[in-house]
Amino acid sequence: MITVQNLTKKYGDAIVLNIESLEIPKGQSFGLVGNNGAGKTTFFSLMLDLIQPTTGHIVNNGVQIDSSEAWKPFTSAFIDETFLIGYLTPEEYFYFIGEIRGRNKADVDQLLEGFEDFFHDEILGQKKYLRDLSKGNQKKVGIVASLIGDPEVIILDEPFANLDPTTQIKLKGIIKELASSKEVTVLVSSHDLIHVTEVCERIVVLNKGELVRDIQTSKETLKELEVFFGG
Amino acid sequence: MLKHFLRLEWKSFFRSASFRGNLVIKIFMVFGALYFMAVFLGLGIGAFYMIENQGWGDPLVVVNRYMIYYLVGDLYIRYMLQKMPITNIKPLLYLPINKSKIVGYSLGKTVVSFFNWGHAFFFVPFSVVLLVEGYSPIGVIGWHLGMMALFFCNNFINVLVNNKDNVFYMLLGLFSVLGICQYYELFNITTYTSPFFDALYAQPWMALFTWGLLIALATSAFTYFKRHMYLDAGLAGKKSLAKTEDYAWLNRFGNLGTFLKNDIKLIRRNKRSKTAVIMSFFFIFYGLFFFTGAVEAYDGPVWKIFAGIFISGGFLFSFGQFVPSWDSSYYPLMMSQNIRYREYLTSKWYLILLATVASTILASFYLYFGWDAYLAVIVGAIYNIGVNSYLVLWGGAYIKTPIDLTSNKKAFGDKQAFNSKTLLLTLPKLILPLGVYALGHYIISPTAGYIFVGMAGVIGFGFRNKVFAMIESIYKREKYKTLAAYKQKA
Repeated sequence: MITVQNLTKKYGDAIVLNIESLEIPKGQSFGLVGNNGAGKTTFFSLMLDLIQPTTGHIVNNGVQIDSSEAWKPFTSAFIDETFLIGYLTPEEYFYFIGEIRGRNKADVDQLLEGFEDFFHDEILGQKKYLRDLSKGNQKKVGIVASLIGDPEVIILDEPFANLDPTTQIKLKGIIKELASSKEVTVLVSSHDLIHVTEVCERIVVLNKGELVRDIQTSKETLKELEVFFGG
Repeated sequence: MLKHFLRLEWKSFFRSASFRGNLVIKIFMVFGALYFMAVFLGLGIGAFYMIENQGWGDPLVVVNRYMIYYLVGDLYIRYMLQKMPITNIKPLLYLPINKSKIVGYSLGKTVVSFFNWGHAFFFVPFSVVLLVEGYSPIGVIGWHLGMMALFFCNNFINVLVNNKDNVFYMLLGLFSVLGICQYYELFNITTYTSPFFDALYAQPWMALFTWGLLIALATSAFTYFKRHMYLDAGLAGKKSLAKTEDYAWLNRFGNLGTFLKNDIKLIRRNKRSKTAVIMSFFFIFYGLFFFTGAVEAYDGPVWKIFAGIFISGGFLFSFGQFVPSWDSSYYPLMMSQNIRYREYLTSKWYLILLATVASTILASFYLYFGWDAYLAVIVGAIYNIGVNSYLVLWGGAYIKTPIDLTSNKKAFGDKQAFNSKTLLLTLPKLILPLGVYALGHYIISPTAGYIFVGMAGVIGFGFRNKVFAMIESIYKREKYKTLAAYKQKA
């Protein structure tokens, strides 16, 4: 369960995020949509304590994020390439994350086996460092690494961007499977309305930092969103 | 066309992140540059008379004898520091600009670099002195032009061999061995090379050869780049073949081992960190200035401790100083992963500890200068571990300069690393141990001085947990600022 209270973030006079209250129950698959500058990445950065809120706070499973670090063991994320260590090979990176999250090599190998299809033979055993992989392949590595160690809260910023169609479809499958578990809360942001309505039970629309729509996904949701963004 | 290029250049210079510093540092930089110019100028004028007064023989002949080392040294410095012209080409490629023009401009840019004209500060005054002292004007002009051509040759050699590490290190190794051979009078390469440099004076027309060589190198660099101006050829970054490495023997250290493994990979696989480690290796020999009595100013007993601190602390100063900036490119990961600051800091501390111990062992050749010298190294190492290791980690919390691991730019000092807080922290790093030693040395005895410094280290070591808790809280406090600073790529 994630609770947001009076959360604002200001840079100078500009308010980039202002959420009065928001509750995300455990196990929900939560989609965040909005145009550029709507505050999606700001919200995720606040969830990871990478920036400090101007007012208010976020509580993740009973842990207030900006005052305790106890949320780290059960939370994982992939925001951008600053979550990758460029001079490691993908294998080394996975093992590194695994070791940090208390998983040995065998555990990680077992998890990776399930993603062989997703990797499409372009990740493992390539004799390349992460910095030399293409943007799309880097993203695949980051997303899979965020699943290591059975996290209860997974945050993915724009996971569909930069991926090829086949991988996008596979990724949707992966997120849906995670979402079906009652233990795992998945937070996804996207510009792609079709993808996000397909994988998320609930969609929240941000506009210029304000929460403007909060929708339980249904057949009409896509249309509603298209009207919102089109008009 | 040139107008456009120059305008771009102007903007890239004045808008670069490194230029937007505060005025004081800019003034310091200007003074620094002026200082070095003055030194070179003084050397150019003074070299002639110095050599003459010392009675080493004809100054021109002496200079010519060592010229080969000067040239190779110049090539080495270029290889490490001179930026390649290809970096800013990419956005120009698809524009309607002639390829020859782009290549010509890029190579032309390397020609006007400081690495070329900087040498003029030595050669021009030296040549003028030669003329004043009655050397044949034609000969001096021939020699001067020949030398000039050779240094420009270096420029193009560097352009051509850039990123060919094997060739480069082989050359470096070869000349180091030759230098040692010459010192011990086993084999003297200069007997083969100096006749050529002498000939430039004796037969001035020989300078034409060097200019011919220069033209040949310049054209081959030109054609090489023109032919390779594709994203997957000459403009491609070098991609090394990656190998997954395990370092399973570090597993026994638990979480600490995880970070140590990562740090070892960090050092081995990135150009910038490799340079830092190589530099720290050279620190070991820094003590030779002190113990051989080569520099008179360093003869006071207190300076031995200064030397000891530097000999064992090379890694501490060149690598430790920039913790946590080494991890700047993935700092958000480190901050949101299941990592405790304490473990992160401890692993860096162990790395410094290991390197300090290794340097101390490598420095055992100082025993040649007596126990006294080596004792200074050991005491310096204890102080480095017990006190300085904390101080560099502490100072690191305030250095918020992102490091680009893949390039060597700024490897030799970055102005942002010199803010007032880090400057204040260097005082206890270097001055305090000198003071502590002096206290023991002058009040009781030299041995007491050593004991005092050693004790300071041991006491510091004893407070490890306390100090770490303090540093940890500072890192936490600075966390958001650090994250924001690392986001702005240099």
